[in-house]
Amino acid sequence: MSKRLFVTFSVLVIASMLLAACGGAGTTAKTLKIVSSLPMTGANLVISQAIVNAEILRLEQAGGKACGGKYNVVYEAWDDASAALGKWDPAVETENANKAAADPTIIAYLGTYNSGAAKLSIPILNQAGPLVMISPANTYPGLTHAAAGLTDPDEPDKYYPSGIRNYARVAATDDYQGSVDANLMVSLGIKTVYIVDDNELYGKGVADSVHQNATKVGITVIAQEGYDTKAADYKALMTKISTSNAGGPPDAIFIGAVVDNNVAQVLKDKVAIMGDNETVKFIGPDAIYTGALIEGAGADVAEGVYASAPGLAFKDLGEVGKKFLADYTARFGGATKEPYAVLGFDTMGAALKAIEDVCAAGGDPTNRQAVRDAVFAIKDYDGALGKWSFDANGDITLLWYVVGKVTGGQFVEFGSFLP
Amino acid sequence: MKSFFRRFMRPIIAILVIYLVFLLGPIAGLDFPIIVGRIQESPKMLVQFLIIGLANGAIVAIIALGYTMVYGIIELINFAHGDVYMIGVFTALSTLSVTGALTTNNPVHLVLGIVAALVVAMIVCASLNVAIERLAYRRLRNAPRLAALISAIGMSFIVENIGLIWAAQSWLVPSFGTTGGGAQKSFPDLLSKIMISLNLDPNLLASTGLGLRFTIKDLLVIVLASILMIGLRFFIQNTRLGKAMRATAQNRDAAKMMGINIDRVISITFLIGGGLAGAAGLMAGLYNNTAWWFMGFRVGIQAFTAAVLGGIGNITGAMLGGFLIGLLAAFSDGYMDARWTNLWVFAVLVLILIFRPTGLLGEQVGEKA
Repeated sequence: MSKRLFVTFSVLVIASMLLAACGGAGTTAKTLKIVSSLPMTGANLVISQAIVNAEILRLEQAGGKACGGKYNVVYEAWDDASAALGKWDPAVETENANKAAADPTIIAYLGTYNSGAAKLSIPILNQAGPLVMISPANTYPGLTHAAAGLTDPDEPDKYYPSGIRNYARVAATDDYQGSVDANLMVSLGIKTVYIVDDNELYGKGVADSVHQNATKVGITVIAQEGYDTKAADYKALMTKISTSNAGGPPDAIFIGAVVDNNVAQVLKDKVAIMGDNETVKFIGPDAIYTGALIEGAGADVAEGVYASAPGLAFKDLGEVGKKFLADYTARFGGATKEPYAVLGFDTMGAALKAIEDVCAAGGDPTNRQAVRDAVFAIKDYDGALGKWSFDANGDITLLWYVVGKVTGGQFVEFGSFLP
Repeated sequence: MKSFFRRFMRPIIAILVIYLVFLLGPIAGLDFPIIVGRIQESPKMLVQFLIIGLANGAIVAIIALGYTMVYGIIELINFAHGDVYMIGVFTALSTLSVTGALTTNNPVHLVLGIVAALVVAMIVCASLNVAIERLAYRRLRNAPRLAALISAIGMSFIVENIGLIWAAQSWLVPSFGTTGGGAQKSFPDLLSKIMISLNLDPNLLASTGLGLRFTIKDLLVIVLASILMIGLRFFIQNTRLGKAMRATAQNRDAAKMMGINIDRVISITFLIGGGLAGAAGLMAGLYNNTAWWFMGFRVGIQAFTAAVLGGIGNITGAMLGGFLIGLLAAFSDGYMDARWTNLWVFAVLVLILIFRPTGLLGEQVGEKA
């Protein structure tokens, strides 16, 4: 037994030495590093892992190299969540941004998932080159452009102390998501809605936007109210809502919140007091478009919940998108259900295209400023989402939203909506 | 100057507080005409909020007992107590899964499974609480108070992380799924399932046509909590061990001189507190239908507030405090803005600490305190 162990170890040690030797002798190429910063502890892990997998896949398809093999591109997935909070942690995200700023080999920062986290890291990276950030998921409008009633007057300029924009995103923003959800409600025949939110930047932002847009398309918003995200239950709140529409329940409840913020409990108590999700519909934004909601609430309780997310329904994807899904299944041994995977794929795609463009123009891709310029110059890129460009603010030009409905214990695509 | 402060400090604070309540109250939804109007409009809603508040308060009260008993006997705020309750939820859910109660529709099987879950959760939580005392608090008993307090916070983190790992063990409970331990997990609504399998409505008041909801879940929580509270009170007041606990709480050294085994009495206090937390875990699981590694934190703080509200160390006070907190939260959710519910709960804590530091019913702790 011990002899066999010894032999195994010796083989491993020798093999690793050989590999190390190959690595040292075989390459003269310089290394470019791309990192992502996403919440990988807590309920968001499923979504983040799908994004990370898609980014790994895109890089592998490029062979881990750029500019005809002149550069090795390596990717590291960083976690911006902590076990203490169970979700993204301001301290960890700040630390990640500072770490990225200090490492000169890093030329792109793919993240964040939470808009609140981006608010912290954009200014740090803005003064580090600037180092370009590409987010697969941030939907708060104020990070890139002003939106009436949703953003602060000094946004977005306050995030860019150097005066140069260094932040782009492939996700469509909340000012459009609100309009998408309002359109969805119209198509479902909803006349009255009660809005609850989690008091956070993202959740309240989406809720405010739905409030505005629903009113615009003629839906009556009975009230908008925040809820305590750590309460044990919401039976009293739901009892109040159940008689808020002239003594009866509203047609629908819209929740502006991330799934970590006890959305499963809100849903459970809503179903307990007001009945299933056909009687009183339960609609939420992209952050509840995840299996974590269904596991938390139970498949029978979650049946019929609607959620919208940036991206295109898988069935509406183009050729590149369809191929991506097939490649994902082959590479990771199972299909993904997360719409964010598609956005993750295009995030990495945009970063790699920028590097290639810099080389093609005779520039130096280790120069952060050059890579930033190339990202903002991306036009008519053939990504998994379709053909898209970045505008001067760093926003994507393709504003597709996919709406999913929980059917038989999982989110099934219900349709694609435009603002 | 000093006497001036002593004389006028409280009135000044009182004026400040009244000013703040009237200034901030309307922002936080404390708008008396609207609230009174809504109560007149629909008095039965008031009854409904009362039911919800009582059931939630009962769970808080049971947990508050654990805080108050431990504080009464060793003057330590056992911050890990809320997390022991969380372990109770997971133990109950796992027991139900192992006994097959999660997948059956047979009412007898379900009832037996729930009884088994109650017993196992109480035993596991009691043992865990005793182990925490033995490992972390006993050797710090004569150390400065702060050392034990920080060690309690440390134990709280350790137990939370056990919950985080536990929630990822889907081989134990298949419904934990694949999303890892961080997310909330579903605790199936077994009580309603029992009623439905017996062709009864889970809402016990459905046939009265009043439009009120008093479900089997509310009934179980309130009845079970009442039994546990009465049992505990009987134990403390009428048994030899209860007497020994009261003696130890009053004066540890004198109790020792009278031949009471202090270590054993303290262990038993933790044992009972843990057992109650385990029972509360099962009740909360069946009532709110959620298991979450972080759920002990907020309930723990509310239970601590309840214990202080009733008078820390005072067992009747903890029960009263628990019910009051539950009612306050339900009324704030129901008649004011849910966004501000915590504000009211903790405003009560601040007011009690300023104006009546001994709590509503007075502290019952040793002379050293």
